[in-house]
Formats: sequence, C-alpha cells, structure tokens
Amino acid sequence: MTDVALPAPAPTASVDRERLTAFGFALPSFLILAGLFALPLVLLLGVSVIGPDGLTFVNYRRLFGTAFYLGVIWNSLRLGVLTTLITLAISYPASFALARARGAVRSVLLATLFLPLAASVIVKAFAWTILLRSDGVVNATLIALGIIEDPIRMIFTETALVVGAVNIFLPFMILPIYAVVAQLDPRYAEAAATLGASPVTAFCRVIVPLTLPGVIAGVALVFSLSVSAYVVPTLLIGEKYPTLATTIAKAYLLAREPGFGAAAGVVLLTIAIIVVALSARLGREPA
Amino acid sequence: MTRFAVVFSWVMAIALALFLLAPLAVIAAASFSPTPVFDLPLTGASLRWYGRIARLDGFWPSLWLSLQIALLSTMLSLVCGTLAAIAITRGKLPGAGVFATALVSPLMMPGLVLGIALLQYFRAIGFTATWSALLLAHLVVTLPYVARTMIAGLARFDFTLVEAARTLGCTYPGGVLRVMVPVLAPSFLIAGLFSFLASFDNYPVSIFLADVRTKTLPIRMLQYIEEAPDPTLAALSTLILLGTVVLLFISDRAVGLHRMAGTAD
Repeated sequence: MTDVALPAPAPTASVDRERLTAFGFALPSFLILAGLFALPLVLLLGVSVIGPDGLTFVNYRRLFGTAFYLGVIWNSLRLGVLTTLITLAISYPASFALARARGAVRSVLLATLFLPLAASVIVKAFAWTILLRSDGVVNATLIALGIIEDPIRMIFTETALVVGAVNIFLPFMILPIYAVVAQLDPRYAEAAATLGASPVTAFCRVIVPLTLPGVIAGVALVFSLSVSAYVVPTLLIGEKYPTLATTIAKAYLLAREPGFGAAAGVVLLTIAIIVVALSARLGREPA
Repeated sequence: MTRFAVVFSWVMAIALALFLLAPLAVIAAASFSPTPVFDLPLTGASLRWYGRIARLDGFWPSLWLSLQIALLSTMLSLVCGTLAAIAITRGKLPGAGVFATALVSPLMMPGLVLGIALLQYFRAIGFTATWSALLLAHLVVTLPYVARTMIAGLARFDFTLVEAARTLGCTYPGGVLRVMVPVLAPSFLIAGLFSFLASFDNYPVSIFLADVRTKTLPIRMLQYIEEAPDPTLAALSTLILLGTVVLLFISDRAVGLHRMAGTAD
C-alpha cells in the first residue's frame, strides 16, 4: 500500500506548479485581450444605448427604422456577399492547380498570393482608381480590343467597388482553401472512380466535403473582412455607396455622434460574431 | 482529375495570378511616369517622383512612427503570444480551447469597430497619450496573428526535447533558448512577418487614435490620395512594395512560402 501511495503527493505538487506556470504564461495575453479588447467592446455597447437621459434605443431605431440606414446595412451585406461569392468561384478551382504545382511554378504562384497580401490595401485601392479611370488602362484595353467604342465610366460605380474588393480579399479566400486542397490525398478520388463514381459524382460527394473546412474558413474570413471594409468603398465608390463602416467613420470623425456610431459598430460586430459562430459550428460538423 | 478539370483549374490559377498582380504592376509603372498624370502606357520614364517622396508633407515623422509601432507591437506580441501558445499547447491550462479561440478572435472582428471601441475606452479612462494608445491598440491587432501561428507551430513541437536538454545539463531557460527557439524559428519568422505587416498597414484602428501631429503612414497616404494624387505616391508605394518583396524573398529562402501558406492558413 505505502509504496503505491507514496509517489502520489509529488505529481500533485508538480501539477499545481505546472498549472501555475501555465497561468503565468497566459496572463499577459489574457490582460491584453480583456483590458484592450473585451472591455472596450462592452463599453461600446454601453455608449450605443446610453443617452443623456439614461437608457435609450434611439440610435438603433434610427438605424433600423429609416429607409436610408436600412439601405446602408443592405449595402454592407451586399458588398460582403458579392465579394465572398466571386472570390470563392475564382479561388476554388485555382487552388487545385496551385496544389498540383511544384518547384519554381509553385513558388511563383504563391508569391503572387503573398505579395498583394503584404501590399497595403490603400496602395491597391489607389491602383484600381488609376486602372479604372475613363482614360485608364482597362478602358484603353477594351477600346483597343474593339469591345467598346467610347470609354465607359467605371470608377465610382458598384462594379469598381466589387472588382477592387475581390482583388484585395482574394488571397484570404484562396490560402485557407489551398491549405486543405494541398493535403488532399488523390487516392480518395481514385477510390471513388474505382467504385464506379463518375468524375462529377466523385467531385460532389468526395472532393467537396473533404475541402469544406477550407471553404468555410475562407468564406468566413472574406465575408467578415469585406462586410466591414472601409478603405475600398471610400476610394472606389465614395459617398454614393454608404456602408456601415463608412457610417461609423463619419459618425466619429465628422458628425461627432458617438452614440450612433457605436450602434452602427455594434451591428457590424454582431454580423461578424454571427459569421464566426456559424463557421465554427459548420466547421465542427462531420463532413 | 479529368483533363478538363486540370486545364480549367490552371486557367483560373493563371488568371488569378495576373489579376492579383495587376494593381501592383500599375503602381510600379505609374511611379516612372514622366508627367504628373498617370498616362499609361508610359511615353517615357522618369525617376523624379522618387526624389519627391522625401519632400511629402509630414512623410518622415509618419514613416518613423509606423516603423516604431509596428516593430514594438510585433516584439511584444511575439513574447506574449508565444508564452500564451505554450500555456495552451502544453494542456495544463484549464479552458485552453476557449482561450485559444478568444486570442484569435480579434482577427475576424471589424478593425473599425475595435478603433472606435478603443477611442471611447481611452477617453473614458482619461488616457490621452496618442503614441502609447497607438501601441496598445496595435498589440490587439498583432497578437492574434502571433497566437494563431505559434499555437499551430507549438502543437507540432515535441516538448520532451526541452526535457532532454535539461537531462543533458541545460537549465530550463537555457533549454528553451537553445532547443525550442531554433526549432520554432520558422514559426517566429512567419508570426513576426504577418504581425509587422498587419500593424504597418493598419488604417481602420489607427485613424481613430491618431491626432494631427501623430499620424501613421497609412493615414498619411490616404490623405495624400484624397488631397492631391500624383505619381509621388506611386513611387512611395513601389518602394514599400520592393521592401515587401525583399522580406518575402528572405522568408522563402528561410522557411519556404508553401509552409507559410500552410501555417498561416
């Protein structure tokens, strides 16, 4: 009995010490997260519902009760959905080529993903304003190809906005999909074929479910980034297309309406939280 | 894959690569424009816009500020994030999974909302030091990048290696420094690179915390574009781009870009 019971206290003490060390290691990050992220967001929620005479929902009524601000929310969601769908449609097939590439070709392709990712959003949006001007490169090319006769107005249109947003957020879609596709065992597709599945069936019932985690991660990331984009709409479409993000900036930087800006911020935050929660849930379910 | 699928995916990949590079190529081309408007294709080449960068209003203080904030927030995040990642991956921390999710969550949150939340918060507690406010805010921006990469890196690290070093006579900190840090060097490099770029390029958080005299480079650049866009800005962007190419090239040599794509998910 004794020689079985004796070693027991020692591990307990060392487990306690290890746990204490773990707490100590986690503490600085915990403090940053609690003090500079969670607490400010709670305060923001407070600012959005507290007026000069106590609790008020006037800011939310203004957001959800006026046609203009409902349009603003719609604009944000529309930008998010369009950007997500188009980036997905481009990234999904492209990631398979990327996953098959080897050596120098792979390095070059990956560099074309990382370079724009590392370049400033402001720089890229600025480049699109040059590209899409009526005397810009895109118009000149279309005219030279005989597709159009006169330059079409592209900058400050929704097309410009979506093209710019797709361009800027594409790497965030393809990287998570690529990470999953690159680890896909080609034998799964072969096994499906051996078992008599047509290429289409094999794709729908084997490849798609296996790559779904990457798709979900990419969709969640691109949607939450594009729904709250600020620089892209500011430079590529401007006042014509107010979004929640531009409304927040205006409320704080120009109109000095922190309560209203905070309410718009809470709405945007809620959208982001729903997307994250949904993606976490979908990601966990067995494919 | 069928032949059609292979060809289709290659066409999409090449189109995607060209589409992604288009704005960068345009910026580089416009920076050599001989005229103040962006006439493309170029009718000649000139380097005069590069000479004007230094004379942009408020350029040097903004560059210096952005470098300071990006470097300091990256270093602090590397330390805090790595310690947290060790606590999480060693499995001795109660609620490690929830903590890991929480640590990465600011990545998915709209930057603009974090910006106004911090603005309100700093006002409420009477914290008015702009420089320090920017640094603290950028800690929240950079920490998730470090935490994500280091948790992924440490999950594959064999901690018994540190024990082995101790058995062979190393002290615990010595074991960490001489065994763990070299093994995890690629993760550190990736985490540091992403974190530095996230801070250096940040606009939505900084804009609410900056003041007239303390403006980061992205704020200054957007201001130049809105006030008087001329090829000087393209020249500046090209130089920043070149710096990034060098950073990426070094990372590719040291780690391999495909590894960065994997761990940076």
